[in-house]
Amino acid sequence: MATNMLKERYSGKINTVTIGATKEQGGTRTSTVTVGGDSTMPFLQFEGEMPLKPVVAMEIQDINPDWHPVLNEVYADVINDPVAWAKKCVECGADLIYIKLAGAHPDNGNKSPEECAKVVKDVLAAVGVPVIVVGCGEEEKDNAVLPVVAEAATGENLLIGLAKQDNYKSVTAAAMVHKHKVLAQSPLDINICKQLNILISELGFGPENVIIDPSTAALGYGIEYTYSILERGRLGALQGDKMLSQPVICQVGYEAWRAKEANASEEDFPNWGNQAERAILWEAMTAAGLLQGGAHIMVLRHPEAVRLFKANADALMVKPEI
Amino acid sequence: MALTGLDIFKQLPKTNCKDCGSPTCLAFAMAMANGKASLDMCPHATEAAKETLGAATAPPVKTVKVGVGEQEVVLGDETVLFRHDKTFYHPTALAIQISDKLSGAELDAKIAKVNDLVMDRVGQTIAIDMIAITNCSGDAATFKAAVEAVAAKAKFALLLVADVAGLEAAVPAVAAKKPLIHAATAENWEKVVALAKANNCPVVVKGNGLDDTAALVEKVAKEYKEIVIDFGNTAPAKTLGDMVNARRLAIKKKFRPFGYPMLACALAADPKEEVVEAVTYVAKYASIVCLKADEKQFLLPLMAWRMNIYTDPQKPMAVEAKVYEIGDVGPDCPVYVCTNFALTYFAVEGEVVGSKIPGYIVAVDTDGASVLTAWAAGKFVAEPINETIKACGIMDKVNHNNIVIPGYVAIITGKLKEISGLDVIVGPQEAVGIPAFAKARYPQLLK
Repeated sequence: MATNMLKERYSGKINTVTIGATKEQGGTRTSTVTVGGDSTMPFLQFEGEMPLKPVVAMEIQDINPDWHPVLNEVYADVINDPVAWAKKCVECGADLIYIKLAGAHPDNGNKSPEECAKVVKDVLAAVGVPVIVVGCGEEEKDNAVLPVVAEAATGENLLIGLAKQDNYKSVTAAAMVHKHKVLAQSPLDINICKQLNILISELGFGPENVIIDPSTAALGYGIEYTYSILERGRLGALQGDKMLSQPVICQVGYEAWRAKEANASEEDFPNWGNQAERAILWEAMTAAGLLQGGAHIMVLRHPEAVRLFKANADALMVKPEI
Repeated sequence: MALTGLDIFKQLPKTNCKDCGSPTCLAFAMAMANGKASLDMCPHATEAAKETLGAATAPPVKTVKVGVGEQEVVLGDETVLFRHDKTFYHPTALAIQISDKLSGAELDAKIAKVNDLVMDRVGQTIAIDMIAITNCSGDAATFKAAVEAVAAKAKFALLLVADVAGLEAAVPAVAAKKPLIHAATAENWEKVVALAKANNCPVVVKGNGLDDTAALVEKVAKEYKEIVIDFGNTAPAKTLGDMVNARRLAIKKKFRPFGYPMLACALAADPKEEVVEAVTYVAKYASIVCLKADEKQFLLPLMAWRMNIYTDPQKPMAVEAKVYEIGDVGPDCPVYVCTNFALTYFAVEGEVVGSKIPGYIVAVDTDGASVLTAWAAGKFVAEPINETIKACGIMDKVNHNNIVIPGYVAIITGKLKEISGLDVIVGPQEAVGIPAFAKARYPQLLK
């Protein structure tokens, strides 16, 4: 008996967005990363294309972030040196480097825009992979820092952010002028997500320049909201909504390593088992869950979580005979 | 989902005899689709048509129960493909494997270990659901002995994985526990299904991919309908594709052979890779996932994922409305006020922990609405906040008169001060600002 498969026919697809530029393209990257292009729900390759595999960006910071002990142990020898840290991440399988300029924050050292730009330039000089740069989270300061960074890295085709609904003009303008991509973050709200994409495109910066950050909630702490927003956004894009058709980035590391399950010791919670393995899985499984929602770039911290995530993504990318 | 007129028409005799009172068979089909006629009005309908059309009113995925009493696990009975369309109802059961190669003290230790896979998380007890005993030894008597030993002590429902000889030996001995039998295949299904039927136990029908499995389920369903489907997992991407197709056909096309709960086995040898692999199956429709991993640190994240995916998206997740003590609190510590929407609460809690300054959080009952939603609905304004503060007695635990409210509701400050007599401090708008706020305001409490 032949079962008639129920293949969905979609009219739209996810844009492709390329991050990084090689020498020929005006930058200095030895490789670029292109994500998106999907014309189906995640991994359903019997009814559409999923031409490009999901990628991992590993997070570094310009100052010692005093992370979780499990992470501090891994990065002990490099955590005070963004250049060495970035190199180590590339060795651990990072497709991109994600730099958070935490040291620019007024409470965290208040680095000048020029100092921040130097960190980015140094990392760019040290590694060949494409680079994502985000500010410290203090809007006024980021509006001063990001344009300087964008200018210093002209031609490198960074992904730079964050652009938010009430603060998107300065970073978008800087990205436009210096030919970078913009990371647009909305607070777990698909309507704001779409509205922000519209606002950015109204500045004359098309959807091919934007990556969506729908806000990530960690496993156990609201991940189902992010998951369902990803699914709804993806369905919208496949039905032809251009303002939801941008690829998606999920900032997993920051959220997952904050979870109580990552931070509670085995002495305090003997019923939760080994803390280090539990913490690493908290990150890997947050990423694997959001991958099923349709995310394209995962920002991760622990090398073992990176390995587990990549093994999962690779297995799902194999096109099966159905 | 109701059938369309055309779907019904395909099943009718197409005689256009008017015996049903409609001018043509198509007209009769349309009337049925609109609920204005029923199939018994057509004297020429075949038995097959009655069964398929009768099934149209049945739920798209059958409910199948495994185990008895407190160990009972309910599988299936799902109605949507995406949780945001309604909700997923019956959380994926996790089945942990025990090999029958173990015996004596080793087996006892393993049973005790698996029985202990019960944990507490965010105020809920979560646990695995089934123990899968596998006939790795290949010997029927060994399998029977292991099954009986496990059944005597297991706190969970049983899944018996063996060939015909093993199942015939073991099933009757533990039939009262209503184990799930794995598996009826193309080669052995007549014997295995007869065994399941005789012992009143649900049975897994295991095929090889969509076509093969559908054909096998059709044969089995004529004899017995307490079925769980196994597509014979060979690779994660294939299993995902098979399960998505099957669930779509069951829900959107009422394709009966796939109208049963599904079982998937994680293939990876490494337990960490195994639970990450299982993430896909939990999200994409598996009613049972079989695993070898038996350590709590591996299963806790998977259970959290299952809990999240099966949360009803229409009901806001709420924490208990009460005072929470964060860190080593004392009478000098700040008192933060927020709503009892779980995401709001956890955001605040996470940042208070991150501030390294111990504090109290008062979660006001807003029926699980966020700060601005609750404020707009009048549930997070001066009066209810004042009542909560007074009722919970928090101000007796501290030696100051201050409460910190979210920056977004700064507008209620005046009224709240007036009716509560407290010094109301406007905190940051986003929880992420709490560490900086706390460090600036309570530097003496920094640990």
